[in-house]
Amino acid sequence: MSAKARKKKSTATAVKHRTKKPAATAVKEEKQTAAKLIPIYIMGKRYEVPEGLTIMKAMEYAGYILIRGCGCRGGTCGACGTFYRKPGDYKLQVALACQKTVEPDMYIAQIPFFPANRAAYDFAKLTTAPEEVFKLYPELFRCVACNSCTKACPQGIEVMDAISALKQGNIAEAARLSFDCIQCGLCTSRCFGELAQYHMFQLARRIYGARIIPRAEHLAEMVKAVNEGRYDRFLDELKQAKEDELKKLYQEREVEPMTAGEDWKPKDTTYL
Amino acid sequence: MSLAYYPGCTLKTKARNLEEPAVASMEALGFKLDELPRWNCCGAVYSLAEDDLIHQVAPVRNLIRAKEQGKDELVTLCAFCFNTLKRANLLMKEDAEKRNTINSFMNEEVDYSGEVKAVHLLEVLRDDIGWEALSQKVKLPLRELKAAPYYGCTLLRPREIAIDSVEDPAILREFLKALGASPVDFPESTRCCGSYQVVSSPDAIAEYARPIFNSALSHGAEAMILTCPLCDYNLGRGQKELIEKQSGFREMPIFYFTQLLALALGLGPQVCHFELNHGSPESFLKEKNLLSQVESVQPIGG
Repeated sequence: MSAKARKKKSTATAVKHRTKKPAATAVKEEKQTAAKLIPIYIMGKRYEVPEGLTIMKAMEYAGYILIRGCGCRGGTCGACGTFYRKPGDYKLQVALACQKTVEPDMYIAQIPFFPANRAAYDFAKLTTAPEEVFKLYPELFRCVACNSCTKACPQGIEVMDAISALKQGNIAEAARLSFDCIQCGLCTSRCFGELAQYHMFQLARRIYGARIIPRAEHLAEMVKAVNEGRYDRFLDELKQAKEDELKKLYQEREVEPMTAGEDWKPKDTTYL
Repeated sequence: MSLAYYPGCTLKTKARNLEEPAVASMEALGFKLDELPRWNCCGAVYSLAEDDLIHQVAPVRNLIRAKEQGKDELVTLCAFCFNTLKRANLLMKEDAEKRNTINSFMNEEVDYSGEVKAVHLLEVLRDDIGWEALSQKVKLPLRELKAAPYYGCTLLRPREIAIDSVEDPAILREFLKALGASPVDFPESTRCCGSYQVVSSPDAIAEYARPIFNSALSHGAEAMILTCPLCDYNLGRGQKELIEKQSGFREMPIFYFTQLLALALGLGPQVCHFELNHGSPESFLKEKNLLSQVESVQPIGG
């Protein structure tokens, strides 16, 4: 039995077990296993790869061994920023290789790394003054608002608006707009003004997080209460409890519902 | 009444003393300066190279933001932003070929062909409110204030975008009169402050300022008023150097027109951010009895 046929059989068995699923789904899954091969172009060379693979898996299928340009495989680490184009469309497209599935005739170039200088700073000495960012990244003012950065962002961030916010001295807005940045560097690779946007945004989020966002005062109060031993006796009770008793406590514990509002309180308020 | 408003980057940092008194004053006059929810740098200076279209993208994008808001007028405060936006708008209106190139480059935005009129706040005061109506709202007339209106370049040049007569502008004079002040006309009021030339020639800053202050002083001015953060920077720094260089110069306070507007409307010094001005304008204003706040300022309806 060929590997393909084996795979097909095992999937078919799996489908058989899921008797509750409607037949249509089963047929669909059957089809998926017989993946059609589609042509893609990796750095200009044509490969035929199974439909449904991500760009990253397709590259591996084509024989690439990824040492760089591949990290979390979950769309979070920003290592696999990728440009591609399709015939008949002048528009440059962007994606994360680990997230985007291949499409026929994609011309793909992964950009695992793009040179961008991160300014050195002593964070303890930084204030919230807009000039801090201006001094560390004076190239900020080379932005011509061409918006190429925004078009290159696989996270859909309004990159140029965030750069504008920095120029306007609005560090909080830059931090807010760039919150989803995974530092893939595609914006930087496209910048007319040679800015390293993602480093500037990281600085903005650091300043925002450490100096601008209001402190959670109730947290400090709670930590103080814990340190003062307000909850020690409850812990002592648990420590002395027998195993059965612990199990019972655990199983019967009251869980805050997912939809609970701000004012939710447990029935038993002994521990509040 | 709400007016679409474009502040410009400098007004959010170094020139808050231009913006904040303007916003407060307009509110007192029954107008809301409604800042565009999205805007970018205006481009800082209008690019004169015929084929340098990439530097027209920034101002045009801001005009598109106003269009997206359904506005046909965009109010500016900074004279430089006004100049850049209005000239870029003129280009989009009149040059079909360049308009098409810019629109096709900005394919993520709606097409634009100069539908939004860029205006300066002084024009709103003159044309929409009127000097007579403005003078009636004055709570604290700026009596005894001999102020020299300094225009610089960008409100009046080039002629196609001028807000007033290029040769003999009156708008700041009339503005000062409406506030109860005594405007002091002086021949150098439209002479260039040095603009961005001071970046490449920092030593020239005092020499750009010298004839302007000389002229204002010799015509009896006690203070200078202006509309542009770059003029403010150059004249403020230039004056400081002149004072350091030769004893003949004494400090002439420099104000943004919006600061005087807020004071005259009785909004008090706290909205004026005098701490951001050059020198110490507050002691001067104190001498002129212009720092007392008038209570009970009611915004008019609208």
